[in-house]
Amino acid sequence: MARLAGRRALFAVPVLGIVTFGVFAIAAASPFDPVKAYAGTAGLSASQDTLDQLRANLGADEPLVTRWWNWLTSAVQGDLGDSSALRQPVADVIAERVGWSVLLASAAFLVAVLLGGLLGVLAARRPGGWTDRAVTSLAYTLEAAPPFWLGLLVMWFFALKLGVLPAGGLTDTGTTVVTADQVVRHLVLPASVLALSQLPWFVLYVRQGVGDALQEDPVRGARARGLAERTVLLGHALRSGMLPVLTLIGSRVPELITGALLVETVFSWPGIAAATVEAATAVDFPLLAALTVLATIAVLVGNLLADLLYGLADPRVGFDG
Amino acid sequence: MRARSIRGMGTLATAAALATVASACSAPGEGDSGAAATSAVVGIAYEPETLSPLLGFGKDGNSKIFDGLLTHDADLKLKPALATALPKVSDDGRTYTYALREGVKFSDGKPFTAKDVVFTYETILDEKTNNPSKGELDAIESVEAKGDDTVVFRLKYPYAPFAERTVLPIAPEHMAGGQDVNTGTFGSNPVGTGPYKLAKWSKGEQLVLEANSGYWGGPPKIERFTMAIIKDDDVRATRLRSGDLDGAILPPNLAKAFQGSGQKTYAAKSFDYRTVTLPTGNKVTGNTAVRRALDIAVDRKAMVDGILEGAGKVAHGPVPTDSEWFTEGTERTYDPKKARTLLDAAGWKPGKDGIRVKDGVRASFPLWYVSGDKLRQDHALAYASDAKKIGVEVEVQAGTWEVIEPRMPKDAVLAGGGSPADPDFDQYPLLRSDLAGDGFNNMGWYDNATVDRALKTGRESGDPAERKAAYDTVQRELVKNPGYTFLTHIDHLYVVDDRFGDLSTQVEPHDHGLAAGPWWNVEDWRP
Repeated sequence: MARLAGRRALFAVPVLGIVTFGVFAIAAASPFDPVKAYAGTAGLSASQDTLDQLRANLGADEPLVTRWWNWLTSAVQGDLGDSSALRQPVADVIAERVGWSVLLASAAFLVAVLLGGLLGVLAARRPGGWTDRAVTSLAYTLEAAPPFWLGLLVMWFFALKLGVLPAGGLTDTGTTVVTADQVVRHLVLPASVLALSQLPWFVLYVRQGVGDALQEDPVRGARARGLAERTVLLGHALRSGMLPVLTLIGSRVPELITGALLVETVFSWPGIAAATVEAATAVDFPLLAALTVLATIAVLVGNLLADLLYGLADPRVGFDG
Repeated sequence: MRARSIRGMGTLATAAALATVASACSAPGEGDSGAAATSAVVGIAYEPETLSPLLGFGKDGNSKIFDGLLTHDADLKLKPALATALPKVSDDGRTYTYALREGVKFSDGKPFTAKDVVFTYETILDEKTNNPSKGELDAIESVEAKGDDTVVFRLKYPYAPFAERTVLPIAPEHMAGGQDVNTGTFGSNPVGTGPYKLAKWSKGEQLVLEANSGYWGGPPKIERFTMAIIKDDDVRATRLRSGDLDGAILPPNLAKAFQGSGQKTYAAKSFDYRTVTLPTGNKVTGNTAVRRALDIAVDRKAMVDGILEGAGKVAHGPVPTDSEWFTEGTERTYDPKKARTLLDAAGWKPGKDGIRVKDGVRASFPLWYVSGDKLRQDHALAYASDAKKIGVEVEVQAGTWEVIEPRMPKDAVLAGGGSPADPDFDQYPLLRSDLAGDGFNNMGWYDNATVDRALKTGRESGDPAERKAAYDTVQRELVKNPGYTFLTHIDHLYVVDDRFGDLSTQVEPHDHGLAAGPWWNVEDWRP
């Protein structure tokens, strides 16, 4: 296990280097001008002198490679630079927001995995039965529903019609303290929407995996031996049916991130998604690069975890493979 | 963003840790948003990047956390704030002297002095400071403290509206002086002399202000004022309806749904105009006959009724028709017939496809608007359709500013702007020939010697009557040779809960600041 993790960590170094360079290159090639973005509406009445001064101060006239190298060398030494879009150090931006995004995403992911697994197994039990049909059509419907729209819908229903849950924000608007019960209440709707948007994929994969496993010899053998249906389903079929799901979990991370982006916007959730959009459109190199590194690490760690879990779930799979 | 892939046990541990941390910093009993009339929660669409006046926050005054030397009353007249009176201006109009209010303290308890004023202005003007609006202080040659309670500004040239610029908020030197002005913590943790203190700023979510009990103007009755940051119009309307918000800024179509439902709708008049630039460098838009024809061929009234749903008024120039600076008699009536006659007389004859031609030049030009701006798109399309009726072809195109900017010398742009404080602020950069193409100044390359002279007089003369006459000249010249087709002035709409009583609004600029809207004077609300 340690060897696998170690090898992956080594592999991550060049990957991160290439990814950050890619970010700088793409941003430099984009038509967005960092100076215009920085100045905002004030830039529309600014003289050329002021704009030139800004360009020099922001270092926006340096060549791409220089900028990337400067960023990289100071980042390695622990200085992530200053965000031009948010007028504060990048480390502060991330520290302020990342926790809330992790909380939202992990809560949603947990719900999606548990609920998706449960529904998938239920559907796989009798392919073509009414449970199966109901679950799969629900999954396809959800797959087609954009998270943004879903967000507005649940907000309208739960906040407006029923008035049981808050419509947005991290805490009640107007308070300055963050209490756990408030955060939990405010988390329910955004996390549910995010979970729902991730759900179809889990449901369909688990259904397929478990369904296939039910047709395999070991399961048929177990049934023939007269083992209880529950043992067969959970002990045998789910275990081998979950394997492909585990591997693909890692690849879901990017989609979880894009999903969170929309959900955070709809619910005014003070996470890091909004900062990412701002960083991108403002050509805020330091922030954009740091966020991309985080996202890349997230994907790499996701894949690593999936592989480790795979090994644990099926002893036949070694860690050196 | 995204350490969100930590899963399994990691997830639980993180969530649990976060929850523990979160509950640890909460105090029992607090946290009730409360319907008490001592607090108000409003929804705004725009979040400032920084709260540091050194980087441009609150430059037009009224920043709640800060005070300027002067401030505006409801009618936008200047009145003293940190100064004890309006400034003494020297006869040549180049020296402004302010006497400062005594005994004023910043909300951290430290006294406010003339040194803070000097610090604020000098820092903004410093080359290393990334303040995009610093050009507005271009007239300043030096700023000097005389003792603790007098500040003297010397100007490079006589500048009549200079006092309007001194509504700029004053930052404390002892707080902001010791850190990097561009990225320091002062921008997110400001301290000022204003009626409110910053209680909490959760970026992307909300900005909470708390009454400054030691405010020199007396403590506000609304003890807690929260601005929830909700970018999406529909979400803002939904949260207003759910009772989560007490007020919000809304577009006209959404504001309409709130009529007579325990909320009041306020339409703030504004100087916020939409105009079409007619660049001099283009053979079609540079032609005076075409410019004048377009000017009377656009149905401004239809735009106000259709696009703005009545929430605005027709614009005949940068100055709104109900402003004291407006020149009576410069209104243009909708008259496409006369427009056609005008073009015929100037030699623009209809070609085979109905589009006019003169000396081989087709009366056709592109009109750009910023993509994503629905309001500008609607204006541009309406303009093109009106122009078509008199045989002028306008090709409407969308793009980002990066795409539009290089095309500005030849192509028309659907532009916006407006600054109510002084006619100089809008008109000088918009119309001066020597500012053509300087950044986003004079986007139409307007070139008119009479206007240039009038703008100089308007800027430099200290005599109000002489200034009024100068701006009358500018507006009359714009009738004879319109380098821009002004279309509408837009009202900004706000919906606020009844329980706060009857509120007022100021005349608003193009920019939506934090303190625009009925809450421009929230410190004076007496619910």
